[in-house]
Amino acid sequence: MDVAYVNPFISSTIETFKTMMKIDVQPGKPSLKVNGEPTHDVSGIIGLSGGAQGAISLSFPKIVALKSVSAMIGMEIKIIGPEITDGIGEIVNIIAGHAKQNLTGYNLTISLPNVVVGKNHSVITPTGTPCIVVPFTSMIGIFAMEVSLKTEK
Amino acid sequence: MKILVVDDSNTMRRIIKTLLAGLNVNDVLEAENGEVGLATLRNNMPIDIVMLDWNMPVMDGFTCLKAIRADATLKNVMVVMCTSESEKGKVVEALKEGANNYIVKPFTPEIVKEKLKL
Repeated sequence: MDVAYVNPFISSTIETFKTMMKIDVQPGKPSLKVNGEPTHDVSGIIGLSGGAQGAISLSFPKIVALKSVSAMIGMEIKIIGPEITDGIGEIVNIIAGHAKQNLTGYNLTISLPNVVVGKNHSVITPTGTPCIVVPFTSMIGIFAMEVSLKTEK
Repeated sequence: MKILVVDDSNTMRRIIKTLLAGLNVNDVLEAENGEVGLATLRNNMPIDIVMLDWNMPVMDGFTCLKAIRADATLKNVMVVMCTSESEKGKVVEALKEGANNYIVKPFTPEIVKEKLKL
């Protein structure tokens, strides 16, 4: 299984947090996700289509979602509401879009973002599409990126 | 200097507005999609610069760019795409259709200042 397509999403995540939030994030070891495994409390999801089909999601514990968006807009937000869902959607949108420049072989189109809020929800991928989970650590806490992409390769 | 920011993300509009204020640009209008952006532009001329996101509901930024360039009354408006669409082909496509410059998200204040020629 070729999972090199995950790398542009990892580097895009590092760059987006550094540029937009002035936060250094460190990726952990990628692993294959078992469907049904819970993620965190707030997930931003973007669909990918074109030469490959799938989705990328970023999933945050509530406190990390609050701190991430607060850092991005330069103002403290204390509750999960429209500002957080919009902000998390924009973060995953920037990461997916920026990663595309290093995935030109797939000719990907990205959807508008969706954001799911709920404790320990799970993002399920279609059967037969592998989902790679990349944990991240940072000074504001942990979060996870999930990339599921059905490719011909 | 009057700037119109067209982006479906309220968060991004707020970030850009704060960033522009730091560059002493305080006359900033906002719109949440290309259709509203086009109407806001026509109703508030003269506007110097339009910052245009690409992926938006109702009317995307690329369609909006083409509509702006097809309107003779808007020919002097500087249009700068400000989008996460980072592929070279998209950049070329937008410049061919008349975008004056292209900012790829994520961006720094320095990049915005340079691309908007502030």
